[in-house]
Amino acid sequence: MLTLAHFLTLGAILFSLSVAGIFINRKNIIILLMCIELMLLAVNMNFVAFSRFLGNLDGQIFVFFILTVAAAEAGIGLAILVVLFRNRQTINVAELDDLKG
Amino acid sequence: MIVQELIFYAFSLVMVFAAVAVVTVRNPVYAVLFLVLAFFSAAAIWMLLEAEFLAIILMVVYVGAVMVLFLFVVMMLDINLVPLKEGFIRYLPVAALVAVAMAVELLMVLWSRGRFGAEMFPLPAPHSADYSNTRELGELLYSNYLLPFEVAGVVLLVAILAAVALTLRTRPGIRTQNPSVQVRTRRDESVRLVKMKSEKPREA
Repeated sequence: MLTLAHFLTLGAILFSLSVAGIFINRKNIIILLMCIELMLLAVNMNFVAFSRFLGNLDGQIFVFFILTVAAAEAGIGLAILVVLFRNRQTINVAELDDLKG
Repeated sequence: MIVQELIFYAFSLVMVFAAVAVVTVRNPVYAVLFLVLAFFSAAAIWMLLEAEFLAIILMVVYVGAVMVLFLFVVMMLDINLVPLKEGFIRYLPVAALVAVAMAVELLMVLWSRGRFGAEMFPLPAPHSADYSNTRELGELLYSNYLLPFEVAGVVLLVAILAAVALTLRTRPGIRTQNPSVQVRTRRDESVRLVKMKSEKPREA
């Protein structure tokens, strides 16, 4: 018998995995962007599951908007990445220390 | 019922495996392809949750456009992979610790006292065969959520302009057409009328 907890568990595991991915791939911006996409997918999974079990379509509308914003974010992020690589010939986060942060 | 559970567990396993592969594989191209696999499994699970429109959107827009854009950028950049993987082993223990702690905490909340169990959230009856998820979503989107919908369009427009403005570069010394000059040109700049006498064709 599938319950809401099953779907939320899947989302939680996915979210934890992408957090771990951000930790271990902290040098590679491309993988970091992909981990963020995975996180958004985990959140969307929760929205869709709640939408189904509460019988309310507003959750799916939220997923729609999250997908829109995530697409915009991926587009701009990759554009910044391309410009960065063109200027610096690297995407290593450790070498991007111009701001001295 | 049992079929649904089998589908759920099968696609969940594939999805978790794909997510692990995304964060651990060495080559970013493989990472993108595993991310596509994760999105595909998610679309199947959303289909199980009767969110058909979003499942299709996830495949068409996300896999078809965003992931292909990722793949395009990954393949276009000539990256030296070796320095990007350093620290992988060093950060693995702390990453595993944080992830496991987070997952355990979330699961404790989810599964304790049947908070999200079948008693609190019973499975709703499946929709009838003539129910259209797309129609319902569209009616909601164009009535209650009209303003957010328009704002989402503006967000996408800004994203297009930002991406073009960021990556556009004009290199000096390249022969290109100048459309404004082309449009502005006048007749007397390019056409010259010459008066001359008519000539007889030469006899063959």
